[in-house]
Amino acid sequence: MSKDKLFIILQNTEGARPFTEAFEQENPNAVFKYDQPGMIRIENNGFLGITKEVVSELAGHEVDLQELHLVLVSLSGHVDEDDDYFRLSWN
Amino acid sequence: MTIKTNFGEYPVGNKDAVENFHGNQLVYIAWDDHLGIGPANVFPLPPEMPFAALLEEVIPSVVSPHPDFEKIDWVKAQWILDGESIVPELGKSLTENGVGHKSLLRFKTPGLTGYQGSGN
Amino acid sequence: MAKKLNMRKRYEVLTRGLGWEPTYQPKEKVFPQETYEGIKIVDWDKWEDPFRLTTDAYWKYQAEKDKKLYAVIDSFAQNNGHLNLSSASYVNALKIFIQGVSPLEYGAHRGYANLARQFSGEGAQLACQMQSIDELRHSQTQIHTLSHYNKHFTGLHDPFHMHDRVWYLSVPKSYFDDARSAGPFEFITSISFAFEYILTNLLFVPFMSGAAHNGDMATVTFGFSAQSDESRHMTLGLEIIKFLVEQHEDNLEIVQGWIDKHFWRAYRVLGLVSAMQDYMLPDSPMSWKEAWDIYFVDNCGALFKDLARYGLRMPKFHEQATDEAEHLSHQVYTALYQFSHAAAFHTEVPSKEKMDWLSEKYPNTFDKYYRPRWEMYAQMEKEGKRFFNMGLPQLCQVCQVPMSFTEVSKGEPMKLSQRVTEFNGDKYHTCSDGCKDIFDHEPEKYAHAWLPPHQIFQGNCGGAEIPDVLKYYHFNPEDGGDYKGSTDEATWKAAHGLDDQQTTPEKSA
Repeated sequence: MSKDKLFIILQNTEGARPFTEAFEQENPNAVFKYDQPGMIRIENNGFLGITKEVVSELAGHEVDLQELHLVLVSLSGHVDEDDDYFRLSWN
Repeated sequence: MTIKTNFGEYPVGNKDAVENFHGNQLVYIAWDDHLGIGPANVFPLPPEMPFAALLEEVIPSVVSPHPDFEKIDWVKAQWILDGESIVPELGKSLTENGVGHKSLLRFKTPGLTGYQGSGN
Repeated sequence: MAKKLNMRKRYEVLTRGLGWEPTYQPKEKVFPQETYEGIKIVDWDKWEDPFRLTTDAYWKYQAEKDKKLYAVIDSFAQNNGHLNLSSASYVNALKIFIQGVSPLEYGAHRGYANLARQFSGEGAQLACQMQSIDELRHSQTQIHTLSHYNKHFTGLHDPFHMHDRVWYLSVPKSYFDDARSAGPFEFITSISFAFEYILTNLLFVPFMSGAAHNGDMATVTFGFSAQSDESRHMTLGLEIIKFLVEQHEDNLEIVQGWIDKHFWRAYRVLGLVSAMQDYMLPDSPMSWKEAWDIYFVDNCGALFKDLARYGLRMPKFHEQATDEAEHLSHQVYTALYQFSHAAAFHTEVPSKEKMDWLSEKYPNTFDKYYRPRWEMYAQMEKEGKRFFNMGLPQLCQVCQVPMSFTEVSKGEPMKLSQRVTEFNGDKYHTCSDGCKDIFDHEPEKYAHAWLPPHQIFQGNCGGAEIPDVLKYYHFNPEDGGDYKGSTDEATWKAAHGLDDQQTTPEKSA
C-alpha cells in the first residue's frame, strides 16, 4: 500500500540543526526543501522519525527531544512521542 | 434546523429589519459585466423614490468613473430584479416596480461588456 | 534517590487524578455546557495529548521561546530594522495582521479558557489551559513586535478598537464570534481542527516565510514562535476529532457538520490572507495557489484519507475552494483596493514586476481576467481619477466579505456569485453555496449578524458621512487611500533619500 506524504517544518537555525540532521540520517528517503526563507521542509511518504540517541550524538550533548518544540514550525500526521523517540505517521 | 441551546429558545431577531432604516429600505445594485466596479453596492432608499432616480442619481454616484459609463444607453438597459427580468416603469416608485427591502437589482448594458470587453 | 519516571508515566501522573467528584452539586450543574450540543463522552480518560506535554515542561519551553523572541525584537528596534524592508508598502500586510489576526488570538485565549473551565476531563482541561495561555502569548508578542512599526507607520495604533467595528475586520471577528457563541465542542472543532489543523499553515507558514523574504526579521520571529505552539495545537486538533468520533457513534454526524461549516467559515477568512500573500508582500516567495495545493490539496487530502476509517470525509464545498484558488486573491485584493479610502491600510495597482509574477503564477486567470482590471485602474489613476468605490459594498450575511466572488465552479468567473434565502419574511444574501448552506442550517443565528454597511445606514457608526464613520473607527485621515502619496511612502522615501520616481532603495551587492 502506498503511503501518503507527510511533512515536518523546522526553523532554519542552529538550534534546529541536530534535529534536521537526525531526520536526514534516520530517514534516508526523506526530501529536504530549503526554498522557503527561514525554514526547512522535510517530507517523506507515510513516516518520519528521529531518536534521542542520534540527536544527542549530533548535538554533542544529551538532548531532551521535547526541545523540538523550540524549533518546530509545522507538521502533519499523527504524533507519537516518548523519551527516546519522536515519530510522525499516517495509519 | 433549529439551533441547539443550553437555556430556552434561541432569541428571534433581525438586525436589518426595514424599521431600523429610518424610512428607507435597502437596495443592492450591481452592473453585470463590470466587475471592476466591484460587488453590488448597497443603498438606503425611500420606497416611494421613482425608479428613474436610480439611473439619474443613485447608480452614477458609484459607477460614473467607469469608462463605459458615458456610453450607457439607458433605454436599452436590461434589468433583473431578484433573479427575474423586469421592464421598470421609470416614473413609478421602487415599491410599484416591485423593488422591496433587500432586493437585488442587476442591470446589463447590451454592447458594453467592461474595459476592453474583459467583463471588468 | 527515586528513579526518574519516563515520559508516558510522567504525563499520566501530572495530568490525571487532579479532579474530584462533586458532592454537594450534581456534575451536570458544575459543567453545564457539556451535554446540550448532543455530544456524548463516555470516558474522558481516553483523551491524550500526543505531545505528552506537562505543565513543568510547558513553562520551561515557553520561557525559552519568549527569551529568544524578545532578544530579536530588541535587536530589531535597536538597529532600525524597519528600514531594511523590501518596501514600506509591505507594512500594509502587517496592518491587516494586527487589526485582523491578533485580536483573534486574544479571542482564542478567552475561548480556550472557557473550555478549560467547561470540560470535565482533566487531560482536556490541562490542554485547553495551555492553549489559552499560548494564545494570550501570541496576542501579546504580536503587539510588542509590531509596536516598533507603530512608531514609524500609520494604521497600527488601535487594532483592538478597530477589530470590533470596521467593515473588513468583521470578516475575522464574525467567524470567531460565531465559534465562541457556540457550545464548547463546536468551538474546539472549529478552532482546533477546521482552523488550526486544516488552514492555519496557509496563514503562518508562507506568510511568515514571506516576511523573512521581505526583510522583516521581527515578524518572522514572532510568527515562527507562535507557529511552534500552533504545531502543538494542530496535533491536538486532530486528536480531538479522533477522540470525539471514538467516544460515541452519535458524535460522527454532529462533528462532520461542524467540520463542514467551520472549514468554509475559516476558508472565507483566509481570503484576506490570500490578498496579503499575493499582493501585499512586495516580494512573495509563494503564491496563494501554490500554498493551497501544498497545504490543502496534498496535506488535507492525506489527512482525510486517514480519517476515512472513522467515517469522516472531506469538508463540503472543498472542491469549490480549490476551484477558486486561481481567483481568490485577485478578487479580494481588488475589493480592498476599491474601498481603501475607508480602510486603515494602503493599496495600489501592482507594479509591472508584480503583474508579471502574477501572470507567471496564475497562467490560467491573471492575464485573461485580472490584468485588464488593473490596467483599467492604472488608466483611471493616470487620468487623475484613482478609482474608489464611493458607495458601500454588499456583504455576505455569513462571511461578511464584500460579495466580489464569482461563479468560478460553474465556469463563469466573470459573473458575481449571489445566493439568497427567504427567512421570516426577509431576504438574506450570501456569497456562495458554502455560506448559503451555513445560513440555511442556522438562519436564526445569522439573522443577528452585525453587518457594518447596514449598521452605518442605521446610524450606529458615528454618523452618515465617511469622515464620521472613520472617526468612529479611530482611523486617522492618513491611514487609508492609495500607497502612492501616502505618509508611509513619504516616511520611507525620506529615510532612504529617494526622489519621487524611486520606490525602493538600490539593493547592495
